[in-house]
Amino acid sequence: MSITHHLDDATLMSFAAGALPAALSAVAAAHVAMCARCRSEVVALECVGAALLSALTDAHMERTEPETPSAADQPSAQQRREAAAAPIESPTPLARLLPGGLDAVRWRRLGFGIWHRRLAIEGSGALGLLRVAAGRMVPEHGHGGAELTLVLRGSFHDTTGRYRTGDVADLDATVEHEPVADRGPDCICLVASETPARFRGLIARLMQPWHGL
Amino acid sequence: MADLLRRVAERADTTAFRELYQTYGPRVKAYMMRRGADAGTAEDLAHETLFTVWRRAALYRAEKGSAASWIFAIARNLRIDRLRREVPWQQLPQELLEEASGDALPDAALAEKERHARINAALSGLPPEQHEVVVLSYLEGLSHGEIAQRLGLPLGTVKSRIRMAYQKVRAALEDLR
Repeated sequence: MSITHHLDDATLMSFAAGALPAALSAVAAAHVAMCARCRSEVVALECVGAALLSALTDAHMERTEPETPSAADQPSAQQRREAAAAPIESPTPLARLLPGGLDAVRWRRLGFGIWHRRLAIEGSGALGLLRVAAGRMVPEHGHGGAELTLVLRGSFHDTTGRYRTGDVADLDATVEHEPVADRGPDCICLVASETPARFRGLIARLMQPWHGL
Repeated sequence: MADLLRRVAERADTTAFRELYQTYGPRVKAYMMRRGADAGTAEDLAHETLFTVWRRAALYRAEKGSAASWIFAIARNLRIDRLRREVPWQQLPQELLEEASGDALPDAALAEKERHARINAALSGLPPEQHEVVVLSYLEGLSHGEIAQRLGLPLGTVKSRIRMAYQKVRAALEDLR
């Protein structure tokens, strides 16, 4: 998989810090699981967390002595072998989100070659899947707040380039871009917005003649 | 630290664990309190963090990051899980996914020390306004939007400060990676 569109530096740092809103964090985690470059950035950024943690003034502990832990709690040789054998993509954050995989998704048709599926998430923001037929425009899902779009299947393009499987669009809200799904299989994206998504952009666009067809 | 973790992993060494606990327990407790946990909850979470370290120590890999950053990642995920009441979507630390290497790299401990020294130097060399947004992200756990609100700054300013801080940290680590 050759990934060319990555998470923004500010997003990566917030992700490694554990400060990204839940929905955005889900998409960031899915991208990081697919992207060696961003994984290695996260490792470096976790060192920043370690440095800040190490520099904290110690809080007073009531229990200064831990109970003696049991060796039985550590993984067995068998478990270690299994962990080693598991492919790096599994278990991914994505597998937890989509236990049946992309083909088991029950889509809600929005019309004009666009389908949507909301994914339940605890915490802030909205998370969902978008499926867009070739030549159709990928609707905006946030309105104003941060949004992340990760391509899971197919591809789309806009003025900032072409986004294929594994690529993430982490664009400033002020960037005017009109992403259009490419020819081929329907483009499926995992999308998150910081503010609840109500597809205002989509409804507005459905009322207008299509551009870019 | 990497050495203590190795003793825990290879020999289930409870003395090494005690030392890790006494070094990190109070810091992890402080970290939990920064996110608003009361002292009792924070201490419980510190315990849980260190016992997770015990359980998973054998899966830790030195070349995937320092022992301290691995402990940080465990504490961070636990904090997200318990204190934000949100599902921990964070990528799990690498140790779950790959087998622990039998022997640590000979220079792993040295590299860890060096990396920490460089990061500390980079952090303390940051202009105060960049240092502030990094601390608010990592220790308070505030999103970009929350930082903007807290500091009364435009969102774009918060993001560009974070990016600049990141670039300095990255530059400090460049030849180590």
